[in-house]
Formats: sequence, C-alpha cells, structure tokens
Amino acid sequence: MTGRAEVSYVWLLAGLTGLVMAAFALSLSVGPAPVGLGTLLSAGDGRLGETATIIFFEIRLPRALLGLAIGASLGLAGAALQGLLRNPLAEPGIIGISGCAALGAVAVFYSGLAVTTPLALPLGGLAGALVAVLLLYGLAGRDTGVTTLILAGIALSALAGALTALALSLSPNPFALTEIVFWLLGSLADRSMAHVALALPFILAGCALLFAAARGLDGLSLGEETARSLGIGIGRLGLLVVLGTALAVGASVAVSGAIGFVGLVVPHLVRPLVGHRPARLLLPSALGGGALLLFADSLVRLIGSGQELKLGVVTALLGAPFFLALILSYRRRVQ
Amino acid sequence: MTALTVAGARLALGGRPVLDGIDLTFNAPGLIGMIGPNGAGKTTLLRCLAGLIKPDSGSVLIDGKAIASLRPQDRARRIGYLAQSPVLHWPLTVGRLVALGRLPHLAPWACPGPDDQAAIDRALASTDLVDLTDRPAHTLSGGEFARALLARVIAGEPAAILADEPTAALDPLHRLRILDLFRGLADSGRLIVIVLHDLTSALRFCDRVVLMDAGRIAADGPPAAIADDPALSETFGVAFAKPSWQGHDLLLPWRPKAQP
Repeated sequence: MTGRAEVSYVWLLAGLTGLVMAAFALSLSVGPAPVGLGTLLSAGDGRLGETATIIFFEIRLPRALLGLAIGASLGLAGAALQGLLRNPLAEPGIIGISGCAALGAVAVFYSGLAVTTPLALPLGGLAGALVAVLLLYGLAGRDTGVTTLILAGIALSALAGALTALALSLSPNPFALTEIVFWLLGSLADRSMAHVALALPFILAGCALLFAAARGLDGLSLGEETARSLGIGIGRLGLLVVLGTALAVGASVAVSGAIGFVGLVVPHLVRPLVGHRPARLLLPSALGGGALLLFADSLVRLIGSGQELKLGVVTALLGAPFFLALILSYRRRVQ
Repeated sequence: MTALTVAGARLALGGRPVLDGIDLTFNAPGLIGMIGPNGAGKTTLLRCLAGLIKPDSGSVLIDGKAIASLRPQDRARRIGYLAQSPVLHWPLTVGRLVALGRLPHLAPWACPGPDDQAAIDRALASTDLVDLTDRPAHTLSGGEFARALLARVIAGEPAAILADEPTAALDPLHRLRILDLFRGLADSGRLIVIVLHDLTSALRFCDRVVLMDAGRIAADGPPAAIADDPALSETFGVAFAKPSWQGHDLLLPWRPKAQP
C-alpha cells in the first residue's frame, strides 16, 4: 500500500523547510576559521571584526547560498525530468544538459579564456547548456515525443563526454589538466557573490519554468495520448522542462562543476511521501535537494584536512551506495 | 445537444491511406459502436474525433465548429477520450487517478475545489469504486482498473465520450458491467462512441453501429440493419451464425468465409 508512507503535504513542506534552515545555518558555521552563526549573533550591531565580516559575508554566505540554489535546482530538475520521461532513473545528466555545460566550461579552460576573468568559466558553462537545448530540439524537433528526446539526449551526452575527454587528452600542460579535472569533480569552494549574482537569475528563471510544468506532469501519469486528450500540449511541456533544466542546472554546473546523484536520489526519497504524484513532488524535491547539498558541503569541510574533498565526489560516494540500498529494498518489497 | 461531424476526412500514415473519405455525424444522446477488422481505421477515426490528430484533408467539427480551432483545454472539457489500454506510470491511488479527469477544469495554478471533488465522488459512485478510493490503482484487478479508467473520463463530465476498445481483455462479467455503464451514460444524454470487437455486444447495447473497412464506411445504421447487411460478412471475411435468443439477434463468427 502506498498510502502507508504518505504524510500531510503541509507538514512535509514545513519539515523540509526546517531541514533546509538547519543545513543553511550549519553551512554558515563550518570552516577552518572559528566564525559561525553564533559569532554573528553575539557580536550585536556592527561590532563584528573585519576578518570575521569578510569570512562570513564573502566566503561562507555565497557558499551557502550557492549550495541551497544548486541543490534545489538539481532536486527540482530531477523530479521534473522523472515526471516528463516517466522514468524514476532520469536525472539532469540524461538529456545531455550537464555534459554540455561541463564541456562549455572545459572549452573556456582550454582556450585560456578562464584567466581573463573569473566569470568566463560559468559563462562558458551556461553557453554550453543553452547550445544543448538548441541541439536537442534541432535533433529531436519541436513537437517531439518523449522517446526521441531521450535518444537525442543520450547522443548529446555521449558527444559532450567524448569532446571533454578530447580536450583533456590534448591539454597543453599538466597544470591546466589538473585544474580541469578538479573543476569537473564539482565543488563550492572559493565561490564569491559574483558567482551567486551570475547564477541565481538563471536558476530562478529555470525553476519557474519547471514549476509551470507541474500540471502537465500529472496528466502524463496515464501516458502521452491521455495527457493530450486532457488538453496538455506535450511539445510545450517538454520545452518547459528541457529549457527549465538547461537554465537551472546549466547555471548550477557552470559555477560548481558537475554534482551527481542529488537529482536522482532526492525525488526517489520524496516520492512515496507525496503519494507518487508528479506535480506534488516538485517543491519537496527542491527543498530536499537544497538541504542535502548544504549538508554534503558542510561534511566536505568538516572532514577536510589539508586537501579538501570535492563535493561531487562526496555526493556520489554517499549517493551510489544509498541508491543501491534503495533498489535492493524495492526488489525485496516486490518479491 | 452535442454533435460530432466528420466531413470528407482523408488521412495517410506512412503512405498508406488509413482514412479514405469519411463522412459521418454523431448526435447526442446515443451509444454508437464502431466495428471493423483490425487496421480498418477505427482507432484513427476515433483519435480524429477526439482532436488528437488532424486529417490531411476534410474537417472534424463539434457543434459546427472545427475541433482544431478550440483551445486544447476547452476541447478536453467537451470530449473525453479513453485510450486503448493506457499504462499508469506511477502507483497513484484510485481517487487520484480519477481526479486526473478534472485537469481540464482547473484554472492555471488552481487546486481542485469542492465542485471538482463532488464530480470525482459522483464518478467513483457511478463506477462502484467508492470502497477502493484509497487503493493504489496498480493493485486493482483488470476489471476494477478498467472501471477506474472510465471513472477518470466520467469525472471530467464531458458531453461526448470516445472509448477505444474499453472492454478488451475483460472477462464476461466485467465486460457486461462496463457496457451497462456506457449504456447508462448514453441514456443520461451523452454522446458515446466506442470501438468494439464483440459484435453481439455491439448489436445489443448500441443505438447505432458503424462498420468500417479499409478506411471507409462499409455500413452504418441501427443494429438490426447491420446484422442483416451482407457487407458485414464481406468486411470481416467471416461467415456468421445468427441464432436468436429472447428476441435478440446474436452474431457469432462461425468460420472463415470461403475464398471465391
């Protein structure tokens, strides 16, 4: 019975919001310097030291904001894509958006544009994500069905992966190679408010498009033909989800590198709690994704001694075994 | 009263003509059965009537207005469509599956209101599913699931319902119950068009039977006339046995027709 796991939607949202706030506070408080939310609160008005101010507002805050926004993007895009493709294994990587955003950033590294301005890298990533949408619809067509979209996305992913590998193997010097590889692993370290300002508008616009797809995703529960008979335009719905993913996840990958598993695992965890309804899955997945990434990024800093672990490595290390356990428990329930 | 009209509809799929000049008008109320061999174009015609595909030429009208000119949501409110054996992709409960039928009635961003819930409750009651409302739909038997799918269409309260083989894969009891439901919907003033393979059911339950063959209308009329029409045997390539029982004509496919 699915009814057993389901909880009240309002309580679920309240609980997840509390979790996000706790994770945000933790993220603000963790780091090599003993500066935290407590320091800020006890300092009173304007009495915070100069160093503490810099650490808090220029290092910790942008990192926490990006963690929240990127985690939310990944969770939301994962939930929307799983609804659109009606496949619980879908995630932002599957339609080639993440791969192309990473390729765009690598191209910036490779061409040497990265040294001109720190924002060249995220801009390259965003350009990659938007080119991915154009290619996807060039390959699959505007009024396309879902199967064509998956096939075109897989082809695009493979192409982006191959071109990224090509750029790595032709890398001019070992330092550039190390830098590219580290960036590809995904991290939120050393990001500034400029990164927040660059990524946030795209992330917000992308999330708005994804939320606008909610009703159409519900309609798709009984397949494309029934959805169309319910007045839902499949072509428009696909465009909303793909463009929303490109904006939100493209901007995310552009500033953080590739962070896997959040978009896959979070909707999975939340789905039974909302009675498997695709539209009701969106907001909790965004909140859960934000909380998960903030916790993971705090963990990275807590266990990091010397060389900091990469965030993308941690989410995959935690996510993959967790996902396996999920599949095993599911199999046991079915048998 | 709703009327669906197809005028001069032609459609080719993959170079093969599937609809080859169809002219029909269906008026509410009534239960219309569409019969014909596999590949005759029944499903394609039904999808044209539902506004899901447009014929290459000719027109499809609802109350004299082109269906293609309606906004998809308006069209969905007036025409309910029950696809042939749809798959439920998520384990929704029966109540939520039926609630999907209200989607065309919701304003953008709005949640279902008391009117919507009342329509859902009526649909559940009319299909005898009230006790199963909270059951995950994927745990239902085939007959119960078929009723839930029909309840989803009924919940939308469309003036016309088009159903593609709604009794396929059902045992005799559930087939009779589904056909009784359609009969009741037609008697309450709706226009119902169903594709059927069971000819005896078509004769017994429908007000009018349309026989399709290779993209054309081979025969069209009241059940009794269709049963006596030589086109029937011709179209199916089958010789029929026609016993009579309690005043009803039964139509039993008996053996393949001898080739001339």
